[in-house]
Amino acid sequence: MGSSYVTHAAGYVDNGGPKLVTSRFGYEDSHTLARFEATGGYVGLKAALAKRPADVHGEVREATLLGRGGAGFPAGVKWGFCPEGVWPRYLVVNGDESEPGTYKDRLLMERDPHQLIEGCLIACYALGLSQCFLYVRGEMALAQERIATALNEAYAAGYVGREILGSDFSVDVVLHWGAGAYIVGEETALIESLEGNRGMPRLKPPYFPAAIGLYGKPTIVNNVETLANLPWILEHGAAAYRRYGSESSPGTRMFAVSGHVERPGVYEVEQGVTTFRDLFYGEDFCQGIREGHELKMFIPGGGSAPWFFEEHLDVALEAADVGAAGSMLGSGAIIVMDDSTDAVKACHRLVRFFARESCGKCSPCREGTGWEEKILQRILDGHGRPSDIDLLLDVGDNISPGPYPVAAHAAEGLDVVPFPPRQTTICPLGPSSVAPIVSTIRRFRHEFEARITRGDTIPVSAVPATAGGSGS
Amino acid sequence: MTFFNSDNERLAQEVISRYPRARSAAIPLLHLAQEQEGWVTPAAMVQIAELTGSTPAEVLGTASFYEMFKFHPVGKYVVNVCTNVSCQLLGGEELLQHAEASLGVRAGGTSEDGLFTLEDVECVAACTEAPCFTVNYRYFHRATTGSFDEVVADIRAGRSPIHRGAAGDDGELPEHGILGRVRQHIPDDRRAGVEAPEDVAGAPLWLAADRAGEG
Repeated sequence: MGSSYVTHAAGYVDNGGPKLVTSRFGYEDSHTLARFEATGGYVGLKAALAKRPADVHGEVREATLLGRGGAGFPAGVKWGFCPEGVWPRYLVVNGDESEPGTYKDRLLMERDPHQLIEGCLIACYALGLSQCFLYVRGEMALAQERIATALNEAYAAGYVGREILGSDFSVDVVLHWGAGAYIVGEETALIESLEGNRGMPRLKPPYFPAAIGLYGKPTIVNNVETLANLPWILEHGAAAYRRYGSESSPGTRMFAVSGHVERPGVYEVEQGVTTFRDLFYGEDFCQGIREGHELKMFIPGGGSAPWFFEEHLDVALEAADVGAAGSMLGSGAIIVMDDSTDAVKACHRLVRFFARESCGKCSPCREGTGWEEKILQRILDGHGRPSDIDLLLDVGDNISPGPYPVAAHAAEGLDVVPFPPRQTTICPLGPSSVAPIVSTIRRFRHEFEARITRGDTIPVSAVPATAGGSGS
Repeated sequence: MTFFNSDNERLAQEVISRYPRARSAAIPLLHLAQEQEGWVTPAAMVQIAELTGSTPAEVLGTASFYEMFKFHPVGKYVVNVCTNVSCQLLGGEELLQHAEASLGVRAGGTSEDGLFTLEDVECVAACTEAPCFTVNYRYFHRATTGSFDEVVADIRAGRSPIHRGAAGDDGELPEHGILGRVRQHIPDDRRAGVEAPEDVAGAPLWLAADRAGEG
């Protein structure tokens, strides 16, 4: 590969496994058109253009490409929800990565913008989407620069715009960026934001964006990583793709492992093959919990996911297995916490996040997340009341009714917290705030009680006096 | 009333031309306003309303939803310290306390010399590189109190601290309001063309041709 092949992308760790979406991350110039073309770039697009659009859709359906944004819905099936005979149709790319612990789409946009653009073009060709809006999170200045540069290059080279590569396929890809709002990662909120409004989710069902989306027209909203898989699938075929990963979750996924591990990083991992134990302790991966400490708990799929513990270490990194064990892989965000971690404090921080990011449309979430935060804050401040544990669960029950908060009380017989939770709200933001609360109360009730009865405060950790410094 | 200077007004028209409906350009134009002035002034919202076919109140309604838009002058450098859980675990809160002490402001405030605005922010997607802070949305990974102080010292001395930051970000640190320093530009002869959704009659050419072939 030459001397320019270095592991330079901050956060990315090459673990020696298959690289379906990170194959260029090692190159210093991975974001340039020259490097992209020299390493198989736009080959997937050419392969797509040689097929009928319906066959491209068929290939993606057959690959069982699961959405990488959080819900894990098969992209090929989602694509099929566009109603016949309603035009135009749009593609909106969800690059608003903001789920706590999630760090993969920013890398994909910064390090390989052309791969993403190629994925967008393949989707547009397959479904007859007449315009693509690439919605990047507002805070990601470098990703915006890299995508703008890549689009300018791609337009000039004839890959994007009018009569792409001499065919009758024409589509504009427009770079758009947000301005700081977690909820805009929800697909209907994303569409509202793109229409120039406050980013508040729309009520669904009955109408999903594929039927009524941007400007009331059929709209496909796909995550960055989902689209980044398309060039590989079209170049190598669905059958080759299905050779990676498991039957129900083919291919690889990018996982950001953060927190108390020796080597935190973003790893591209074959789905269903690797377990959490492999990932946390493997030499090619995180190389263990940091020295002198043991695992206390981990969050398998972002701030919205119920927490896992020691007994879940042998669960495979696959949506179905993690779901059966009572949580979700979500957006590939794994947060590892060792025995120095104050569970109440970590729980409070996540709940504070949801309270701050609630859009305010539905009252159970707007009011409830605020109350959850206030109650947790007073427990942290040493002013908790014995009734606060029940009160937290009661507030949670109003946002996510039924067995979910109740499960926190069940000492036996309910090992698995029912997931996904039910919701009294339009979107899952509010119910997500209940996950850390139920997880911590179920497992660390004694920590809550200690704080409430004795006003205990347990320090979390300190800023490292020395460390690797900034950057890499 | 014109707020945008002539270059930015031209840019605003170019941005609007990429969307089937002008109102979709609201957020991009708010960013452009912030780029010109450092914050979103009332005059800016009046002109954005004219340009996008809405009212100033609607523009404010949209803008006020998003935390990156500021409605009063802020520091030339907006420092965001992440304290969400991945950073919290590795000292994000202590880093914020250090930043408050070192800049002499509480989170949310602006230093007396108008140089820094400090914010306690949610996850910025650098979780494996915790703790993390950004200055005008340029990332500084695996921060320590020492590396934070170096960045601040650079800025105070008029030097760019960018080389201390995340790989790939280079050049000068722009002032607050400037995000991506490269703009998308679609050449006229390469443009596929934008139509209002109500003007689109049928399937796009390549799909219609394919379907005609089926029959």
